[in-house]
Amino acid sequence: MSQPPESPREPAANLVEVRGVRYSAGPRQIFDGLDLAVRRGSITAVMGPSGTGKTTLLRLLTGQVFPTAGSVQVFGQDVGSLSKRELFALRKRMGMLFQNGALLTDLNVYENVAFPVREHARLPEPVLRRLVLMKLEAVGLRGAERLMPQELSGGMARRVALARAIVMDPEVLIYDEPFVGLDPVSMGIIVRLIRRLNDALGITSIVVSHDVQEVGSIADYSYLLDGGHVVAGGTTAELNASADPVVRQFMQGSSEGPVSFHYPAQDYLKSMLDGADVAVRR
Amino acid sequence: MIGALRKIGAVSVFLVRLLAACVPALRRPGLIVRQVYNSGARSLIIIMLCGVVVGMIMGLAFSDMLQRFGSESALGVAAGLALLKELGPVLTALLFAGRAGTSLASEIGLMRATDQLTALEVMAVDPLRNVVAPRFLGGIIAMPLLVAIFNILGIFGTQLIGVSVMGVDAGTFWSQMQNQVDVRDVGEGIVKSVVFGVACTLMAVYEGYHAQPTAEGVGLATTRTVIASSVLVLIFDYMLTAAFI
Repeated sequence: MSQPPESPREPAANLVEVRGVRYSAGPRQIFDGLDLAVRRGSITAVMGPSGTGKTTLLRLLTGQVFPTAGSVQVFGQDVGSLSKRELFALRKRMGMLFQNGALLTDLNVYENVAFPVREHARLPEPVLRRLVLMKLEAVGLRGAERLMPQELSGGMARRVALARAIVMDPEVLIYDEPFVGLDPVSMGIIVRLIRRLNDALGITSIVVSHDVQEVGSIADYSYLLDGGHVVAGGTTAELNASADPVVRQFMQGSSEGPVSFHYPAQDYLKSMLDGADVAVRR
Repeated sequence: MIGALRKIGAVSVFLVRLLAACVPALRRPGLIVRQVYNSGARSLIIIMLCGVVVGMIMGLAFSDMLQRFGSESALGVAAGLALLKELGPVLTALLFAGRAGTSLASEIGLMRATDQLTALEVMAVDPLRNVVAPRFLGGIIAMPLLVAIFNILGIFGTQLIGVSVMGVDAGTFWSQMQNQVDVRDVGEGIVKSVVFGVACTLMAVYEGYHAQPTAEGVGLATTRTVIASSVLVLIFDYMLTAAFI
């Protein structure tokens, strides 16, 4: 079973605390007593097989959905009990990188990065320009400021989205599958950016991913989710050394083990003999 | 029946939320002007073309019908009243639903499907205020302007065929129209165009905002936009016509 990060009982040390969270999407139970904590200033990875609710966890942290039981605390505030105004105030302290970037398609790169500042602060245009170019320089895309989102590659779009996520200097940065669909060069750039931004800006990072090697190389602490709760937690070295079959299967990417590759179904041979698969097609 | 009532309730609740979001959106006139351009200016060609063609059809058909009663001199007033009170607002609204309504629904639906609306929420920006309200207000402003352009070109088309081809006297055409069409008729057309603008734009942004985040979901949202807008326009047209008689 997982061990929380260092000093888990000190509220000030943990920027995020998830305690006993239950959550269902329709009839499907996603979380059944989820417990985890994210230490301030760390990079925390949340890993797990597809469909285990990793993205749902991020939606819980940002207050897009709320748990049916348990509590989600961010900056010491219970996300579920906040008013809309308080929730928006909380979100201003967070940045999020979406899996596909989620850039606003009617704005160019510069305006996308400037967007949160224009919405929440009244900066003189020269100051705003300097700020935006500084963030674009940090992700290596200062020269792409005039491009539209549809002119960017997947990796570039994600870096622009990262610049947008950090433009308001958030205290916590949340990454949803930041490595999906990237070529090795872009992936390496994003991996280094996450580490560099976390250390340079002194922020806390939460990375949801199932790219074990990449996220494991930068994470200070990792959680492994399966079956609606945390099955393991620790540093990458601890998880690699784990004797737990679920952890071993996931960390080694093996198809053999307790995590099933197949969606639950009737026995294949029996269904063929019964003609059930033919009946379904009809 | 229960499904229809549920839909009416959901659209009504959405309208109330949208109206609340319109108040802060009014402080950002730049966003609204941009949407007037998107909904209005980009619909101009189709509206102008249809306006002229409808006017030409009226010039032919009305001249033929009126000549049977020896009343071809009434072509101007007949065309003017038909366009101002009925054809202008209704046909423009139907064209608007097909051109701008589908565009709005698919744009907002795709923003939902590509997480852009979610990204706005996470950036502490209300998508209703920032995305939906400017488009709603832009559509409401654009519709009366498009109706006016449709009417002007419709009358031009009627005059072109009625006078130049069918031989109706030009002086009679214009003087009859000037004498018989009054401010109340113009007002009825303006009221209808605003109501239709609200109905068409509301259905477009509602369907787009609530679209399933899939290709099929966005497609269904655009289809539902055209159907709901068209039905609403005809129902409201009957109610408003009855109210103005």
